[in-house]
Amino acid sequence: MLDFDLMLRIYPFFLQAAWVTIQLSILTTILGLICGSLGAAARLSRHGYLRMIGATYVSLFRGTPALIQLFLLYFGGPQVGIQLDAFEAGVIGLGVNIGAYMTETMRGSIIAIDKGQAEAARTLGLSSYQAFRNVVLPQALRLMIRPLGVNINALIKGTALVAAISVVELTYTAQRYIGSTYKPFEMFLLSGLLYMVIIYVVGKGITYLDRKVRLT
Amino acid sequence: MGLDFSVVPGWMDTILLGVVWTIAITVSAAALSFVGGILLAVIALYAPWIVRQPFRLFAWLFMGTPLLLQLFLIYFGLIQIGIDLPAFVAGVVGLGLHFAVYNSELIQTAIIAVDTGQMEAARTLGLSRTQALRKVVVPQAVRDVIPPIGNNMIALLKDSALVSVIGVTELTLSAQLAIGRTYRPFEFYLVAAVCYYVINLGMEAVLRRIERRIALSR
Amino acid sequence: MSDAQPFVEIRHARKNYGYIEVLKDISLTVERGQIVAIIGPSGSGKSTLLRAINDLDPLTEGEVLLEGVQVNKTLPHRQYEKHINEMREHIGMVFQHFNLFPHLTVRENVTMAPKLLKGISKAEADALAEEQLAHVGLLDRIDYYPSRLSGGQKQRCAIARALAMKPKLMLFDEATSALDPELVEEVNLVMKKLAEEHMTMIIVTHEMDFAASVCDRVLFMDQGYVVEEGPPEVVFRNPKEARTREFLRKHLGDAT
Repeated sequence: MLDFDLMLRIYPFFLQAAWVTIQLSILTTILGLICGSLGAAARLSRHGYLRMIGATYVSLFRGTPALIQLFLLYFGGPQVGIQLDAFEAGVIGLGVNIGAYMTETMRGSIIAIDKGQAEAARTLGLSSYQAFRNVVLPQALRLMIRPLGVNINALIKGTALVAAISVVELTYTAQRYIGSTYKPFEMFLLSGLLYMVIIYVVGKGITYLDRKVRLT
Repeated sequence: MGLDFSVVPGWMDTILLGVVWTIAITVSAAALSFVGGILLAVIALYAPWIVRQPFRLFAWLFMGTPLLLQLFLIYFGLIQIGIDLPAFVAGVVGLGLHFAVYNSELIQTAIIAVDTGQMEAARTLGLSRTQALRKVVVPQAVRDVIPPIGNNMIALLKDSALVSVIGVTELTLSAQLAIGRTYRPFEFYLVAAVCYYVINLGMEAVLRRIERRIALSR
Repeated sequence: MSDAQPFVEIRHARKNYGYIEVLKDISLTVERGQIVAIIGPSGSGKSTLLRAINDLDPLTEGEVLLEGVQVNKTLPHRQYEKHINEMREHIGMVFQHFNLFPHLTVRENVTMAPKLLKGISKAEADALAEEQLAHVGLLDRIDYYPSRLSGGQKQRCAIARALAMKPKLMLFDEATSALDPELVEEVNLVMKKLAEEHMTMIIVTHEMDFAASVCDRVLFMDQGYVVEEGPPEVVFRNPKEARTREFLRKHLGDAT
């Protein structure tokens, strides 16, 4: 049977770790959204070289494991003059990684807006920027909430990777207590449930936001 | 400290062996996730309630938690209950089960899409429910989901790096072995990244070909 | 500018998509206040020609002039943007599929462009919206979102949106083709009203009845050429060209 006594005794450590996971998730989401916006802007640019930079970013960061990117940044960074602590490396590594996925999400939502919308705006005399800003983007933002939610869901689970560079978040804590207590199921349950609570709350928030701004 | 790639060639054997193991683990886990995905989908849709529930709980746990945590559970948990799996097997099982759950979601949607008309047609011909499922519904559903499952398999390749953490000497751990001796993390992680990228491109090319063939066969 | 200068002039317009020629050397003029219908089978190039007038589908060769000013100038990107936006403020356009902005109310659809481009105040914008919507009979829907309008109401809103920029020329690209038959008339009425107010209009349409009753001139296009043009009573009753006759036999069913 499960050792509930043990779980009750050590759950505060897991709560602390969950707070680190939440901080990681929030910061990574923010950085991911920034990278995603820049990436999508580059991929949809009028300039060929910007489109190429955007496509290369997406291809490289989606084409290699996030764990390798993280290791390269954290362990390899000092060799090229980048000194980061594990938490910083975790946020930057995961944020830039998820940004490549968000680039594709955002780009997809923008190109999904009917071409007639921009055309109608242009025929009224709006510049391409005004048409994008006032007509295409407001609609694309509504459309991208749900798929970005999928990205964020993956990102929250993805924060577990920073356990591999010893950031004391949920998965690292679970691993450490598995080592010291030899109770893998209990530790899995404690940390797993906390992940699911975080994901559940975020999912509810996304659904609420999506409903609130949905057209029709 | 700077970069020095001159140490890399001496370790290429190790790295390439890592590549072989990464491919082996990806292919094995992919196969497991494919078969497992079909089984889970059929259970979720057609099994009696009492059978369905434990599988639903399993799917819920696996979709809501990180793969890395699941790998720890499988590797250490099985030891706990007296099953000492080699790291490679634990890695295949962990990756395979994780992606089986995701594949199952895709397959369920596809089965529902195929089912209504096709099941009725098969039943009017006199096939039993199981026969209709095996011969008519599932094969069509599987063909419909091969492209998205292919995308899952590409994700699986990249997630296979995680099994380095439970001691499978695949590409990532091979790079780490080299780094342990040479103290050249940047060089070797970059080499590993290039290897992953190339395998990834290969898988994408294969997937595009399969997609084309499926598109042509309709 | 002298009165002799045509209001709209198209000179030797050509357009290719790759090897396919969709417009083959078209020249025509439209006088101020004229109402011109362009008819023809689908794929004849009539929509492409209309969309070339405000440079939405740029010509491969040839010129479009509005009051003697070339619309489709070849300029460096920035200068072109500035120029074309100024030109388009004077050229209203109505689309087959309305292209209303679904995230904006009827009022906001009408006032967005004037607010952005003419810097009018909120009070002025409200007055403008009310004026234009009253004109198309949609005042009672002013704070609705487009999703709650019928097709006919949507198209009337789109017309009001275009008119709010006070254009000199209106282009209609099959404005009633996407509408259910019972909703066509309300849009036609608005267009007739504009005709009575002497708005210059170029109308791509499938509706021969409407073209016959409202337009001063009819152009029949086929395979990238203007095959025949003239007053509606001539083109519809006594077409000179065999192709025109054939097209009309198929499409004229109930028209006179």
